[in-house]
Amino acid sequence: MTKVRVSTCSLAGCFGCHMSFLDVDERLVDLLERVEFNRSPLTDIKACESCDIGFIEGGLCNQENVEVLLQFRKQCRYLVAVGACAINGGIPAMRNSIPISDCLEEVYLNGKGLANQLIPNDPELPRLLNQVRPIHEAVKIDYFLPGCPPSADEILNMLQQIVDGNEPSTSHKNIRFD
Amino acid sequence: MSQVLTIDGKDLAFDSGDTLFDVAQAQGIYIPHLCHHPDYPPQGNCKLCTVDVDGQSKCACTTQAETGMSVQTDSTTLTEYRRALTELLFSEGNHHCPGCERSGNCQLQATAYAQGMTYSSFKLLNPQRQIDASHPSVLLDRDRCILCGLCVRASAQEGKHIFTIAGRGSDSTLAVNSDSGLLADTNLSAEDRATQVCPVGALMVKQQGFRIPIGQRIYDQGTIDDLGNRRPQYHSPKSKTARIAGDSDD
Repeated sequence: MTKVRVSTCSLAGCFGCHMSFLDVDERLVDLLERVEFNRSPLTDIKACESCDIGFIEGGLCNQENVEVLLQFRKQCRYLVAVGACAINGGIPAMRNSIPISDCLEEVYLNGKGLANQLIPNDPELPRLLNQVRPIHEAVKIDYFLPGCPPSADEILNMLQQIVDGNEPSTSHKNIRFD
Repeated sequence: MSQVLTIDGKDLAFDSGDTLFDVAQAQGIYIPHLCHHPDYPPQGNCKLCTVDVDGQSKCACTTQAETGMSVQTDSTTLTEYRRALTELLFSEGNHHCPGCERSGNCQLQATAYAQGMTYSSFKLLNPQRQIDASHPSVLLDRDRCILCGLCVRASAQEGKHIFTIAGRGSDSTLAVNSDSGLLADTNLSAEDRATQVCPVGALMVKQQGFRIPIGQRIYDQGTIDDLGNRRPQYHSPKSKTARIAGDSDD
């Protein structure tokens, strides 16, 4: 039987949704009979190849996030926004009402106890976006799984429903934003 | 009780002057709402209590009951309307649930759950709003304010007239009636209904945020459809043991 190929990544997130996914614990063994992981922190594969399902944690805070998201959208048949940051920017989006220059100056120039004050400008560093934005503003998202983080049960449920070819539905009682 | 209308197929008697919300509430029929509280005059600000009256959409809290009306409080279309309204409320404020002390006790969040909202399809506006932390025991976080006007009405009824909605349209904001515009220069107290009545995390009693952990809060126990519009019980800042009673509309 051909296995369903799944990729996961974290953009502007804290990897908390990935940690929550790891709470599937031994159920991962059963899962691996039906799915295989491509790009994911679980495999350390760096580029997403053609996949059936992509799970995206985190919002868009810099140009690299946008690039990775576009790559995922191109390669994945179904894309799932996982967690508060992917869905509305989450905690990183708390900077959205503050001008980006003020943020950088406070953190790197004017903060207390700083030495060698300098706003990082290495060309290899991805440039920040003015605001942290939800991923559905940049690409089409097929399914949304809110929570900070969503529970392992909810992530597994979403994955299994897509693998089974069902239209995923989240029970109203299981929707959580925290 | 001589007049009769129909709500969700049931013939219900009502008194003159009753609103559709009053009639439904008396029968234990829950209609989603955020800006209405039976102790205060209805204003129809949030529109979440929109119901179908003989084919027309009307606010249940501001529509007088009339004999012969046929009212439907729930349908796929009404849920879609209410979900869109809830998404708009999330989009026009700064509602960061994972970082909010009110999470789990918040009626806006609970309403979003009940309407099946998993994300906002409207652009998040991320407005710049002022936080007022000047008062010793009450925090005003305008990022979370949904302009329901309940604190305005409660404060007026208490004779203090501390709050008002200033500005128009997207510039509307909750303003404080003092020369400085700050809560510290008013006679507001943590015990005031105006403080307690807030359905979201805009007006919060300080030093209470995490007394009850996430997971054990009001809407961690059940849905707002089942539990009604409840508010958390606070400890009084004046005493470590005294409690300020929680509140329920229903």
